[in-house]
Amino acid sequence: MANFNLKINGKTQQLDVDPTTPMLWVLRDHLKLVGTKYGCGISQCGACTIHLGDNAVRSCQLPVSAVGNQEITTIEGLSENGDHPVQLAWMEEDVYQCGYCQAGQIMNASAFLKKNPNPTDEEIEGAMNGNICRCGTYTRIKKAIKTAANSKIA
Amino acid sequence: MTLIKTQYNRRSFIKVSAAAGGGMLIGFSWLNGCKPNTPEPEAGVAMPKEWFEINGYIKIGDTGMVTIYSPNPEIGQNVRTSMPMIVAEELDVPWENVVVEQAPLNTGWYQNQFAGGSLSIRLSWNALRMAGATGRRMLLEAAAKEWGVQLSDLTASEGVIKEINGERTVTYGEIASKAVGIEVPKEVELKGVKDFKLIGSCIKNVDGKKIVTGQPLFGLDFHRDGMQLAMIQHPPAFGMTIKDFNEAEIKSMPGVKDAFIVDTTLEEPGGFDEKGFKQLIAIVGESTWQLMQAKKALKANWETTGELESSEIHVKRLEKALVSGEVQESRRDGNPEAAFKKAAKIIERTYSAPFIAHNTLEPMNFFANVTEDSAELIGPTQTPEALEGSVAKLLNLPLENVTVNMTRIGGGFGRRLYVHFGVEAAAISKKIGAPVKLIYSREDDMTQGTYRPTYRSVYKAGLDENNNLIAFTVKGAGLPEGPVFPNRFPAGAVENYSAEKIKAPTNVTTGAWRAPRSNFTAGAEQAFLDEVAEAAGKDPIDFRLELFDRAIKNPVGEKHEYEAERYAGVLKLVKEKADWGTTKPNVHRGVAAYFCHSTYVAEVFDMVLNNGQPIVEKVWCAVDCGIVVNRDAAKNMIQGGVIDGIGHSMYSQLTFENGAPKQMNFDKYQLIRHSQAPKEIEVFFVENEIDPTGLGEPGLPPAIGALANALYKATGQRHYHQPFVTEKQVVG
Repeated sequence: MANFNLKINGKTQQLDVDPTTPMLWVLRDHLKLVGTKYGCGISQCGACTIHLGDNAVRSCQLPVSAVGNQEITTIEGLSENGDHPVQLAWMEEDVYQCGYCQAGQIMNASAFLKKNPNPTDEEIEGAMNGNICRCGTYTRIKKAIKTAANSKIA
Repeated sequence: MTLIKTQYNRRSFIKVSAAAGGGMLIGFSWLNGCKPNTPEPEAGVAMPKEWFEINGYIKIGDTGMVTIYSPNPEIGQNVRTSMPMIVAEELDVPWENVVVEQAPLNTGWYQNQFAGGSLSIRLSWNALRMAGATGRRMLLEAAAKEWGVQLSDLTASEGVIKEINGERTVTYGEIASKAVGIEVPKEVELKGVKDFKLIGSCIKNVDGKKIVTGQPLFGLDFHRDGMQLAMIQHPPAFGMTIKDFNEAEIKSMPGVKDAFIVDTTLEEPGGFDEKGFKQLIAIVGESTWQLMQAKKALKANWETTGELESSEIHVKRLEKALVSGEVQESRRDGNPEAAFKKAAKIIERTYSAPFIAHNTLEPMNFFANVTEDSAELIGPTQTPEALEGSVAKLLNLPLENVTVNMTRIGGGFGRRLYVHFGVEAAAISKKIGAPVKLIYSREDDMTQGTYRPTYRSVYKAGLDENNNLIAFTVKGAGLPEGPVFPNRFPAGAVENYSAEKIKAPTNVTTGAWRAPRSNFTAGAEQAFLDEVAEAAGKDPIDFRLELFDRAIKNPVGEKHEYEAERYAGVLKLVKEKADWGTTKPNVHRGVAAYFCHSTYVAEVFDMVLNNGQPIVEKVWCAVDCGIVVNRDAAKNMIQGGVIDGIGHSMYSQLTFENGAPKQMNFDKYQLIRHSQAPKEIEVFFVENEIDPTGLGEPGLPPAIGALANALYKATGQRHYHQPFVTEKQVVG
């Protein structure tokens, strides 16, 4: 066990935890931030995507000991009132079915749009290919990403 | 307007009324941090101080806010929005006044509380309408009594009761307290379809904001102070059981509180107790990561008690079954053998599909709190009533001492019809004497069974010299159940017809997987008919329409399970919408239509080859599901079904070696991804006033046929064996 001071969603969190613990389980089990989802545990599905600084990362493969001073943002901290352009676009397009993968999709899409605010379809597909939606909402996700991109430009 | 007898008996309403005082439902908000009663900031009404139970579905607050209980499990089919919409329509309240809560399992108040067979809306249509209509009527009666006027002097709309020839108005919120004591009407008036305001519109998912902000909605998110976590380990292969394991070592690991073998064998298992392994190693502790480490450190002795099957064995067994297997069900019209002898052309093709897993993205999990005389279960189940029964049997408790509450469910697809993970949670909670949440790893989930069976079917058709279809036969075998519906199309449309459904054994456990059997049959049959149409020199849509014409005008045999007019209807609609018959350079088209779960769907696929990779550019879907309840959400279900059908027929399979599946996680088991999905999917509905049928399943089966037929046009090769991507002929 070891002590960590983590910067998560703008707050500092102190915890004593096995340093090999992936951030996914630190968030879910220790901090009760369960918006970040477990899907596969081997970075294949993207359900556990969070932001480390400005980058979308798979929290199931990120040991708590590797975080250091970097800022972590989870779906709970993406916006204060659920009004991030990507969240608004998801609601506008009524994207979700079961909804389980969508936090990961949104975290990946929001990091991607920050770097590429006006992406092509192919760029969206390339960026989002690591996020599985078992219900098959892919066409709506793509539309929502474009809606978010347009709303940001406007 | 329809007059309809209320099917509720007095007793059920007395029980419901009692709940208003007794608080049985009020305060039912168990999910930590999830407050379904809290209105969204934009909601038009204030939070009530007092609530009044009108019936099991409706609770009205003094401010006019209305809570509607959604009775069925929400697996992504959006019933938490569409079922309350139906109640709200007949109650006649503004949708912005409505908040939705998940109802607990309660067989006294609700019927058919399960999610399966695309049945939620179909089976509850009348009950939901009557719940709303009786509520409206009771509010009207309360107002009439209050003002000393006749019921016929009043009208109610949008949550307000008005005097027809007077000035007085009262809102539902203001009169609700008086409606609680009103006798339940023996008859209620339902709205005419033309008068629907909510039904047929597009209402956004009631949980949308909670989903996009990561609120704890799912079973895996459930937390109660003092609960333990548990994980399980099952034997590594079908045909194996556990002998013992390094218990002392595991118990000494950090964060591990207990480890033991748990047995969930039931003396009289029910239909939803299917499960690969009844004896499991359970490890209990404080954190998931520590439990995962403990699982890795397990050293168990397994015993081989059955055959260790392989994919080679499965294929041989299916081939043998097609020759000499046990026929489960069959149909025969005319004399197919004689017709084949006379035929000018005979086409015979074999189709197959592998075992596949459900792979709901939320792995199996359940919370259980078992005491000496009660069991409380909370989590993701498609069949709460079956779970209640199985837990009661396992713990030897009366049914009324077992409660089941449903969380939002991270995918169903049939997987959560089976209740073993809830039963296991109960067994573990009993053993440790504490509340526990059981969590499956992805690998546990993918390797423990209840798979879609593997199938193999032989289709044979005979054409006469004028290219008329004079004979059609199908023999289909499956492990353990054959993929044939003897009375479905083209039964009734061909003079000489036979269908045989054949079973063969396996110790790999199987279960219902989204559109059971149809998920294979549609693809095989629709690809086969495409090939037959081509041999006959006919357009594939015209060829099918000719067959439906025969089934309409002069049906063969005593019965068939479809309405040929509606079947032809979706084909005609998709033909029009896709502008079938036009050609675009380098765009390759395929079509298919299928009827299952009481809904008709036809689909046209446009495919292009991009660097040799087949890409579905556009899909048109025509759907006849009767009345459409929530239009955009209904489209979402069909779109998802199309993508699911493409994904599983193109990429997914479980192969076996020594009794174990070789794919254990998404690195080896392929699921469709963003870049492989169609670029656009348009959905059109046949407009009619037929009572609604389901949409969870029917969009999937025809997608496989349309995909196979478009693939043929694009590549020049027919694809017979799923997953298509592993077939050598496939490009890319």
